[in-house]
Amino acid sequence: MSDETADAVKPAKRNVFKALEVDTRLLGMIGAFLLVCIVFNLLTEGRFLTPRNVFNLTIQTVSVAIMATGMVFVIVTRHIDLSVGALLATTTAVMAMTQTQWLPQMMGLELGHPMIPWITILIGLLTGALIGAFQGYLIGYQAIPAFIVTLGGLLIWRNVAWHLTDGQTIGPLNETYLLFGGINGTLGVFWSWAVGLAASVAALFALVQGRRTKMGHGFTVKPAWAEALVAVFIVGAILGFVAILNAYEVPERVVARDPALYGCAEAEGCVAAYGIPYSVLLLIAVAIVMTVVAQRTRLGRYIFATGGNPDAAELSGINTKLLTVKVFAIVGVLCALGGIVASARLGYHTNDIGILDELRVIAAAVIGGTALSGGIGTIYGAIIGALIMQSLQSGMAMVGVDAPYQNIVVGTVLVLAVWIDIQYRKYTGAK
Amino acid sequence: MATPLVEMKDISIAFGGVKAVDNVSIDLYPGEVVGLLGHNGAGKSTLIKVLSGAYKMDSGEIWIDGKKVEINSPRDSRDHNIETIYQTLALADNLDAASNLFLGREMVTPFGFVDDGGQEAETRKIMSRLNPNFKKLKEPVSALSGGQRQSVAIARAVYFKAKILIMDEPTAALGVHETKMVADLIQELKKQGLGIFLISHDTREMMDLCDRVAVMKNGQLIGAERVEDVTEDDILSMIIMGKNPKDKAA
Repeated sequence: MSDETADAVKPAKRNVFKALEVDTRLLGMIGAFLLVCIVFNLLTEGRFLTPRNVFNLTIQTVSVAIMATGMVFVIVTRHIDLSVGALLATTTAVMAMTQTQWLPQMMGLELGHPMIPWITILIGLLTGALIGAFQGYLIGYQAIPAFIVTLGGLLIWRNVAWHLTDGQTIGPLNETYLLFGGINGTLGVFWSWAVGLAASVAALFALVQGRRTKMGHGFTVKPAWAEALVAVFIVGAILGFVAILNAYEVPERVVARDPALYGCAEAEGCVAAYGIPYSVLLLIAVAIVMTVVAQRTRLGRYIFATGGNPDAAELSGINTKLLTVKVFAIVGVLCALGGIVASARLGYHTNDIGILDELRVIAAAVIGGTALSGGIGTIYGAIIGALIMQSLQSGMAMVGVDAPYQNIVVGTVLVLAVWIDIQYRKYTGAK
Repeated sequence: MATPLVEMKDISIAFGGVKAVDNVSIDLYPGEVVGLLGHNGAGKSTLIKVLSGAYKMDSGEIWIDGKKVEINSPRDSRDHNIETIYQTLALADNLDAASNLFLGREMVTPFGFVDDGGQEAETRKIMSRLNPNFKKLKEPVSALSGGQRQSVAIARAVYFKAKILIMDEPTAALGVHETKMVADLIQELKKQGLGIFLISHDTREMMDLCDRVAVMKNGQLIGAERVEDVTEDDILSMIIMGKNPKDKAA
């Protein structure tokens, strides 16, 4: 009983952040991201935060962000994956060859056949899963360090891609496949709003449901005003994001090419906007699925338990070897997904696709608060990390910073971000 | 007496050329506490890890409730209602108490997701029984004191209704008050008919808590005697000399 009264008294004493029960680390990361945006916006005299640049920024981030969500699981289980960029190249090589040559020539499917993109994507995902699982097997069951397996993988898969394509640029890629690239495939104004509203409703429903479940178990819940404030912020962020993307209008000359595509009879006076790209929807879907896996499934619980204490996980009856295979297979699938977006954005498979992506992906996960010592990391953190990296890079390019200085800054930010994270953890008591 | 809860027969296990456990046989009856004593490296923990599934024996048999069983993994061991409280506690420090309590045996919702709310409610219940001062349910267990961490590990064994409990140095890291709590708990579990293997260095504590004590040295079992039949000195000489004074008398 004394327990309950103590808990009931507490809320009055708590400060605003405590009452809101929001993750201060999440706030910090969003703050850092906004800071980067505002600084570049000032330096570029308002060109950084235009709808057009925000749109470009999001589609440029998608591929790395998708892979970074998987890297979180890898690093949380105390491994590393240096092969993601090379793996992306192999999967895109396979997918490019499948859609342009293998299916048309071997299976007799004509170029442009409606099944081609889907068979291609399926084969790509399978390839990623198989390669990832095989690397996971070598790490989990054969106990070869992940660093070595994936360092070897980096060389192997990069050059398997080269071998498959003879080093040539493969394309043009299938029209439907290209829809996943970003600007070639967007929802348009109406459906963007529809998706935004549906997402808002879903978010509110989740909040209410969460509160009910807590009350059902008799746990203390945060005050209603705090809950409402959180809800307003979430819905505001969703709809604000949609509004920005919807504000990016299709250039007149593009509309003029085919006005019917934008719902107009003629080009004159026709105003259309891009809205949410499919690739961004894909990233959001990946983020939701990966977050649910991390927080709500046994697989996710075991990933974090193994990262926190591998011996304890094993003694609790968790098959940590099989778990390693699963984690690397997930990364393989995400590399293939990232590969679809990357190659569709370029319109081709190129021999240098995904080069240095492993570093971007690891940096995104680490800037997002994933601890290399294992057991700690979040999906949303990795995505914000990817956004911060991409903002820095394109921001500096816009400002006109020379290439060497760009990389010096990115490297410095990476180290600095981890240092801040360590200090934060010390301050809050080793969370 | 009834069928023994556990019979370990002629267990041997070697690491490299070293025989960590050499042909040891030991049994455990319902409602009995059997203490394992010996120097570091005598083979107590290794013997017990064979039963908990962490190590695989090279030869020997394990019988539970009169049936021969195969224990090849911690999961097998749990399936036979054997719970182990390891000296290291085997907790995932980055997870909260409920996640640790249910680790490997999560409660799931009808959709197959982990039922965190249900787990937390159950954890509250069992903790209010074992350690009423336990409040930090939301914190990762790394933020807990030694005694609180110990009670999470104990709760894990008690919650899943173990029939056989293995406790490896359960009081090594605890204060006086918490040690008493563990002692009381052992008495309570004994009354419920559990069989308990207890490993400790503290001979006096073992004399108080155990019904029988078994002494190991260099991987071999020196003797297993009822505590009423031996003095503390007898046990000490078994630990140090590796000889059972009763054998000499006979």
